[in-house]
Amino acid sequence: MTRRPVRWLLPLSVVPLLALLAYGFRVNPHEIPSPLVGRPAPGFALQTFEGAPFALEAQRGKVVVLNFWASWCRPACYEEAPVLERQWRTYRERGLVVIGVDIQDRDEAARTFVREFGLSFPNGRDTAGKVSVDYGVYGVPETFFIDRQGRIRAKHVGAVTDEAFRTNVEKLLADTTG
Amino acid sequence: MSARRGALGLALLLAAAATAAAQAPRAGEQQVHEVATQLRCVVCQNLSVADSPSEMAGQMRAIVRERLEAGQTPEQVVRYFVDRYGEWILLSPPRHGFTLLVWVVPAVAALAGLALAGLLLVRWTRRPSGAPAAGAGVDAAMRERIRREVEREP
Repeated sequence: MTRRPVRWLLPLSVVPLLALLAYGFRVNPHEIPSPLVGRPAPGFALQTFEGAPFALEAQRGKVVVLNFWASWCRPACYEEAPVLERQWRTYRERGLVVIGVDIQDRDEAARTFVREFGLSFPNGRDTAGKVSVDYGVYGVPETFFIDRQGRIRAKHVGAVTDEAFRTNVEKLLADTTG
Repeated sequence: MSARRGALGLALLLAAAATAAAQAPRAGEQQVHEVATQLRCVVCQNLSVADSPSEMAGQMRAIVRERLEAGQTPEQVVRYFVDRYGEWILLSPPRHGFTLLVWVVPAVAALAGLALAGLLLVRWTRRPSGAPAAGAGVDAAMRERIRREVEREP
């Protein structure tokens, strides 16, 4: 009599395991939700490749697109560089700030990248990795959309598309309230 | 003579200073290592920051060192990384919420297995004494037939 439930229980015990595996295989382990969205953007200051200083704190009141990239990041960074340049040209008169932060890179390679794509928005190197760790960056490219109050409102992982850029920036530019 | 003694003194002093200098950061290094082993390397997700040879992990170790030297406790340093990367950065799953399951389920399963094994062991060892003598499954007619068959053989 006691054999019956046991015989059923054994195969049944596999069900939660299968459910867990089914869930696990659908989740992308490379996609990590950022706890930073909604929080104040960590301040940073760096020197651009042109030698000009750039400080995030000085951009308060403006919408900022902060992009982390590297010259070795193929193909994603190469796909998005023209997008960033194009969108920056579109939105610059509306007060948008685009800043590129080059991480884990070599100076010459990074400068070549900037030159090849003719990037006209400020770009600079995060030599000690402090800016990238402050933003919880785990891979390039990653793009943060920061509102006028200096809060991170969205994070985009992977090559940013025209559509993603436009949607996020339009929303933040429209938001002129406190 | 006195010049030589002076030189010897200086050498001893330098040696003492060198060992002191070598010992002081080693204690810090140990602490840096302890914090770094708890953190997942963000570019090579299956390694700890202490074990990864990547540039990013090197930079993260430098940040850990700098924060410890600034007087932060190891817990504060770990919290700094968790605040930025989420609990994902911790190599050991946190012991609360959903990931508590990872800690509890193996223990529960082991206990359940042990209980089941104990139960079966008791059942298997009790059966022979409780059961009738061997041959109970064979009825009298069959036993009689076997006896006849055996006796008939030369």
